[in-house]
Amino acid sequence: MIRKVVANTDVALDGIADGMTLMVGGFGLCGIPENLIAALRQRGTRNLTCISNNAGVDGFGLGLLLETRQIRKMISSYVGENDEFERQMLSGELEVELIPQGTLAERCRAAGAGIPAFYTPAGYGTEVAEGKEIRMFGGKPHLLEHAFDADFALVKAWKGDEAGNLIFKGTARNFNPMMAMAGRITVAEVEELVPAGTLDPNAIHVPGIFVHRIVQGTHYEKRIEQRTVRPKNPTI
Amino acid sequence: MALDKNGIARRIAQELRNGWYVNLGIGIPTLVANYIPDGIDVEFQSENGILGMGPFPFEGEEDADLINAGKQTITALAGASLFDSATSFGMIRARKVQLTVLGAMEVSDRGDIANWKIPGRMVKGMGGAMDLVASAERIIVAMQHSNREGESKLLSACTLPLTGVGCVKKVVTDLAVLDIDPERGFILRERAPGVSVDEIIAKTAGRLVVEGEIPEMTV
Repeated sequence: MIRKVVANTDVALDGIADGMTLMVGGFGLCGIPENLIAALRQRGTRNLTCISNNAGVDGFGLGLLLETRQIRKMISSYVGENDEFERQMLSGELEVELIPQGTLAERCRAAGAGIPAFYTPAGYGTEVAEGKEIRMFGGKPHLLEHAFDADFALVKAWKGDEAGNLIFKGTARNFNPMMAMAGRITVAEVEELVPAGTLDPNAIHVPGIFVHRIVQGTHYEKRIEQRTVRPKNPTI
Repeated sequence: MALDKNGIARRIAQELRNGWYVNLGIGIPTLVANYIPDGIDVEFQSENGILGMGPFPFEGEEDADLINAGKQTITALAGASLFDSATSFGMIRARKVQLTVLGAMEVSDRGDIANWKIPGRMVKGMGGAMDLVASAERIIVAMQHSNREGESKLLSACTLPLTGVGCVKKVVTDLAVLDIDPERGFILRERAPGVSVDEIIAKTAGRLVVEGEIPEMTV
């Protein structure tokens, strides 16, 4: 077995330097690598390009790195929940590239699957298509989109083992598996780090070959963005 | 009287067919799940990675790891499945999802839709909307007939940045149900209870076809 365990989040981020491109897993605040984001803030690395579906909220998720101006450019599909983000974007401090969510997912997947580019119908006829090759398949126009190239991928899983195998829970899976596959160096933080042989090999979502470093997360706030509930005892 | 948001959702729910997988956008579309007609079995897909999405959890049972694309806490029904974002958009692009319902700022009489950006004022991003409209076999737009300034949202050409071209086939507003024929424009099918055809004509800026008697919707 090849061991991937590192001692803590600082060691896990070793090698991340100013100006690098990072993938950061999660959808909204669901399934984000909150311990690695906190460590990255401590580290103070700057001029980062972050590929992440969203940009967190004020004071949590990637919002923490926006506060400290560590991010130079965001590549996302939806960024509507963050006032500081909007301020930096409108003032020109932050560069933002918005791309369709399925294209974002597939550009990650392609990177992890050794596919340099692919065609998708999403965005044809819109400003997303500007400057891109268009080709007809089955009478329908498609855009040529390229795989991402990220120096590091920071992902979060529910469980992981010493060999770097990962299992996700609920909708916290989202972009994490494809980003894990895509990073030149992939760092996974997990809620529960277990010895090899503990996880059922049939149940592994991401094989350890894609994970270079795995670390036990020490604190999970797991903030909920929109708490929506039904009353427990409805009056009839 | 014009329909309220729930009325629009209830009318769209009548379009659901047995066995369909359905993706509901944020806002009015989400309400459609509350009005599934008796005897119709559908499964809701949320593009962040769940099929078989259920209602909101009971108080105290919220799970931060179980949300919909609107980031709301949800539940999973019996038979539900969970998957990553690439698989999710795979099923969308490969047309496994039979119906997409989404909101819009503008719709053109050729079926173009704009719903992600107001230059200089609002840039939240397209999320999954561009992927959904480029691939869905059926797209129903749920929206108000006019914007807050009282201007028609049913135009001959969208003025805002597009989300997709020639993709919308049906629009349900607070005033009317309209099909879109790219050659002819908006085809008026039904009017909201008590709303006159004249009012709909007055509030529709794009090409509008009114043929014969236009029935009132039953909602």
